[in-house]
Amino acid sequence: MYVAVKGGERAIENAHAWLAEERRGDKGVAELGVAQIREQLALSVNRVMAEGSLYDPDLAALAIKQARGDLIEAIFLIRAYRTTLPRFGASEPVDTGAMACDRRISATFKDLPGGQVLGPTFDYTHRLLDFKLAADGEVAEAPSREAAAGDVPHVTDFLNREGLIEQAPHDDTPPPDLTREPLEMPADRALRLQALTRADEGFTLGLAYSTQRGYGRNHAFVGELRIGSVPVEMDIPELGFAVEVGEVTLTECETVNQFTGSKTEPPQFTRGYGLVFGQTERKAISMALVDRALRWEELGEDNVGAPAQDAEFVLYHADNIQATGFLEHIKLPHYVDFQSELELVRKLRREAGVDQVAEAAE
Amino acid sequence: MKDTLDENNPRKAWMGLLAKAPEGRVAALLDEAIARPAFNWLRAPEIGTTMVRARAGATGAPFNLGEMTITRCALTLETGEVGHAYIQGRRKADAEAAALVDALMQTDAATKLREVLLAPLEAESATAKAARAAKAAATKVDFFTMARGED
Repeated sequence: MYVAVKGGERAIENAHAWLAEERRGDKGVAELGVAQIREQLALSVNRVMAEGSLYDPDLAALAIKQARGDLIEAIFLIRAYRTTLPRFGASEPVDTGAMACDRRISATFKDLPGGQVLGPTFDYTHRLLDFKLAADGEVAEAPSREAAAGDVPHVTDFLNREGLIEQAPHDDTPPPDLTREPLEMPADRALRLQALTRADEGFTLGLAYSTQRGYGRNHAFVGELRIGSVPVEMDIPELGFAVEVGEVTLTECETVNQFTGSKTEPPQFTRGYGLVFGQTERKAISMALVDRALRWEELGEDNVGAPAQDAEFVLYHADNIQATGFLEHIKLPHYVDFQSELELVRKLRREAGVDQVAEAAE
Repeated sequence: MKDTLDENNPRKAWMGLLAKAPEGRVAALLDEAIARPAFNWLRAPEIGTTMVRARAGATGAPFNLGEMTITRCALTLETGEVGHAYIQGRRKADAEAAALVDALMQTDAATKLREVLLAPLEAESATAKAARAAKAAATKVDFFTMARGED
């Protein structure tokens, strides 16, 4: 419990004034513009959009500036802002098969239709610091090559044709929404996917890694990873038809997992799914692994007691705003609470006769 | 029902184009083309969101992915045509321009606007997409098999 404590107003005002000054840093150094953050720290912007659960690169960049680069603080700002906005509706489910791919790779098939397209990736870089970036360097235009027209098919489509992989049959059940109804167990897959796509990247990565190391092992291959933009179409009630209202960049990861069959399912490859706002591939791969681990029950697998199989554990601890809110509140004044704890410890010590012993020793 | 859908397709196409245009572009092209007509607001520009949905495994049951910002408005010209805009981002001036174009596309100005506004927007969008696709294509891996040594 925390109670209102008076008398800190001046200190708080001054602390905030100093925070603003520290945020600006040395005034001899040029101020960072929101557009610079949006364009040059795009992967931070993407993370803030994904975990803030609001696609708006300018807002995410502003939040990063205001939060002095603290991404969880920036996500907090975005979540708070989002609650002030009315929701006009929901989109048609986006068609990732029609994605304009910047990147599309498969770890399972070398020669796949559409090819392996690396895109703007850190993969195969040497991870050596580039001191040229410390000086201001002009960047050469990236090479171009004639692109093939048409949609890039999903890798799972090929395996589907042989019947070797679990299907994801079309379904139009309206999904539950954890931003409208509190997250409750049991959570169906739609709810789990919503929680995972906005979950903390570090937490999701750690859980995914734990499944690779054997805690709920289900040996995942990245069947396909694709990054690119898809149009978002929304039904406009006053018009009576759907129109495209914009475009979002997404990262999609489909894992193909070993599966020897269970009481209910034949031996086949199973799937985990990750889909995240922005270019966010570490998060999307992690999401797919955790999604797959959480599917043990519907696939008739054993619960081996691994953390990543425990939906309640995963989903109730994956949100970094809930987590940080509860964690950080313990630094706020708890004077009354602590006073009662003090009284209790003194009473217990009296009852145990500790104080008499101390007196006798003097 | 099929007929209604087809009938609406041209409008769907221009509204989508207007929604995705870069900031300020629709207003600039509109003002180059014609003097803006008088209008009344049916719904003044307002900022909100839409919940973006996707499907589990790309093809399965829908789930909520997260929201995106949207600006919408509706207006009516003095000649009675109603224009709607639902565009990406927080851009009230752009929403106004988009709704005006939507209304004007239902008037005699349609032919001109198609030529001097929609066509350039479409071309610019296609050029930008093609440039990105071409850069992606340049990163496509061309596998070749290494010849094994014979001995």
